[in-house]
Amino acid sequence: MKKEKSIMEKIAEANKTVTKGVDEKEVKHWVTIYIMGKPCRVPAALTIMQAMEYAGYKFIRSCGCRAGFCGACSTVYREKGEYKLQTAMACQTRVEDGMYLVQIPFAPAEKAIYDINEEEYDISVFFKYYPEVARCVSCNTCTKSCPQDLEVMDYVQAAIKGDFAQVAEGSFECIQCGLCAMRCPADIVQYHLAQLARRMYGRYGSLEEKNVKKRVEEIKKGKYDKEFDRVMSLGGTEFKNLYTEQQRTREVY
Amino acid sequence: MAELKFIGGYPEYMRESIKLVERTRPERIGKLPPQMTPEEREEILNRYHPDYVPGGKRCIKIGPNRGDIAPNEVVDLLEAYPVIDPEEIDLSEVDYEPDILIIGGGLAGTSAALLANDYGIPAEKILLTNKLRHGDANSMMAQGGTQAADRPEDSPLIHYIDGLGGGHFTNKPDVLRALVEDAPLVMQWLEKLGAIFDKDPDGNFMELTGGGTSRRRMHACRDYTGMEELRVLRDEFRNRKIPVLEFYAAVELITNSENKVAGAVLWGLETGDYKIVKAKATILATGGFGRLHIRGFPTTNHYGATCDGVVLAYHVGAKLRDADTVQYHPTGAAYPQQIIGLLLTEKLRTSGAQPVNKDGEAFVFPLEPRDVEASAFIRECYTRDKGMVTPTGMRGIWLDTPLIDIINGEGRTERSFPAMVRMFKRFGVDMIKDPVLVFPTLHYQNGGVETDPEGKTNIEGLFVAGEISGGVHGKNRLMGNSTLDCMVFGRRAGMYSAEYVKLAKSNGKLSLEHVKKYVNMVKEAGIKSERKAPILLPEYRGRAVLARKIDIFY
Repeated sequence: MKKEKSIMEKIAEANKTVTKGVDEKEVKHWVTIYIMGKPCRVPAALTIMQAMEYAGYKFIRSCGCRAGFCGACSTVYREKGEYKLQTAMACQTRVEDGMYLVQIPFAPAEKAIYDINEEEYDISVFFKYYPEVARCVSCNTCTKSCPQDLEVMDYVQAAIKGDFAQVAEGSFECIQCGLCAMRCPADIVQYHLAQLARRMYGRYGSLEEKNVKKRVEEIKKGKYDKEFDRVMSLGGTEFKNLYTEQQRTREVY
Repeated sequence: MAELKFIGGYPEYMRESIKLVERTRPERIGKLPPQMTPEEREEILNRYHPDYVPGGKRCIKIGPNRGDIAPNEVVDLLEAYPVIDPEEIDLSEVDYEPDILIIGGGLAGTSAALLANDYGIPAEKILLTNKLRHGDANSMMAQGGTQAADRPEDSPLIHYIDGLGGGHFTNKPDVLRALVEDAPLVMQWLEKLGAIFDKDPDGNFMELTGGGTSRRRMHACRDYTGMEELRVLRDEFRNRKIPVLEFYAAVELITNSENKVAGAVLWGLETGDYKIVKAKATILATGGFGRLHIRGFPTTNHYGATCDGVVLAYHVGAKLRDADTVQYHPTGAAYPQQIIGLLLTEKLRTSGAQPVNKDGEAFVFPLEPRDVEASAFIRECYTRDKGMVTPTGMRGIWLDTPLIDIINGEGRTERSFPAMVRMFKRFGVDMIKDPVLVFPTLHYQNGGVETDPEGKTNIEGLFVAGEISGGVHGKNRLMGNSTLDCMVFGRRAGMYSAEYVKLAKSNGKLSLEHVKKYVNMVKEAGIKSERKAPILLPEYRGRAVLARKIDIFY
């Protein structure tokens, strides 16, 4: 009698394309991509990153979180027959037939060195550290190059007007991949400028949280010490009851 | 097989199931399945959780934890040969001599550097090294939030009780207490450094619950919480001009004649050279092990999460704790193929999204602790056969995300989950209108190198912080306690290592004797494998290429 596979074996089997790589026999659709000019036949269902690995590239640079959060895998590509250069994150973009691509492993941009405690919450901070921001010609190339689809040019313009809140809001989902800066004809370093603006806004532009301030004071005064000593000395059953009761009265949403 | 017809990112047959989800949706609002009793939880864990189902673990044969069990994939690395031959390494020429060496540049390592600096160690006497870029870490991908008990209705004690219960009462009490008591301090620290958290118009934090947490205490930055925290701390780190080495991986710790840890051997991933770092204190903040794909699960983890730090610490005799437990996050993406295993934050469920089966039935309370919730998904898919099968053969549970807008008002999903909406949109799925398919994914290393409340290990000169450490979460971590862990114990390791180095006497002679001893131990234990560790990076190259691979350059 053939032994039936265990649940864990079935799960591992179902996941194997991700953990062990694709099995060529199971691939129905193929495309050809050009990795730095070299044609490679790869399964059509893969991301650019997975496809490059399939083709034999072992990443050291240009690969980080593999989930669209870290900005390591900036990719510039051109579609077959198109003149336009496009940008993407290799881990978040599916391959297309005829894609010509190269990865940009690093952006040689300068970050300002400043002391958050000393800076004045004023428009001048932008011109002090990133004077080139004034050179923006509103060409919108940064926005077009942003793989997060942020309105980069809009927040650059907001910085020129000294609107910290709008820069913070507009740049919040920036993954600092550097593609905007690499494409900017005015050599503005949008993503570093935005980091400065967000920290200034976070520090000076919003109200200080009152609850956390109070709680820190309480903890420093030792308000909870006695209760901790009591609870930490409880026996196993007593503690479990305490936990169960606390879970029963939980705030749901 | 005929070509599949796709509608809105899903093949037609999956659409049929989505219709059932839509049909039951109105009656599911406000009506949740009951929470499980402790007995029910225990039963489901024993039968369905990958950690409890036999077959995935074995006894460690060598080292300080000999006789303990751990996942096979971890034991494979502990019972492997070192990657360097001590005879080939020249310890007499030291390349860097900081007071404090920090290995790993996520939230834990970066926090450690900042606090060491605050506590009197000059920037130039600190060195942070990272095998990828500074910031390539699981921290960067943390979505849901950071727990801190700061509301009047909450207290560090309530947080403590939640954490200990969630960890099945196995956490180290003094370490857990340090975590919850430092939590509000961390929030205040981040606020002062300019991190932007979700706040209401009055300036109060908007806080949510998580699985197994009894109060709302999750502080989020949309669904980019870890990214916001880490980019702010990294920016501050850079402002202070603390030296950093990127693409240099620690491949072995260095000890001295007094058996203290005294630095590390680094290896350049791009250049193949090694560098010797001599330090008075060494902090390991290397993160977890998701890329080992334990039990064949996909993972939410970043590319470098390969258990390196645990291996290095074990080589010098550091003790591990709770190394037998792995956290599987209930909601990893199961469809489409390109994003299998990637994280869908628990915050989706705290915001109203419900797990339902292929027939549109709710079958589990949405916010059980992660291990329980994951087990319920596995049971639904593989025993009750109520999972949705994808074109690649994955089985998954629907996470009914359209409920978020229905419950909280239109626009909420887009505002609170821009990263999730964006990810699915890139692959053709609209999670505001349609549910998304999920299945448990390997998420977190619960245990690791045993720590005390100061980040110290049993080996003098060696500190740990963050996911590499064991003790604070016991055998199961709660949502929002990981970024918190990284920052609380990163700060503590930075602070206490600064104190330690001020008192540290001469270092003695640098040595790799422990590596030679380890090699002997592996041989004497009769371990057959020629495997080497740490592995530094996972292997994903295509089979055809690997089959014909030969090494010429190295």
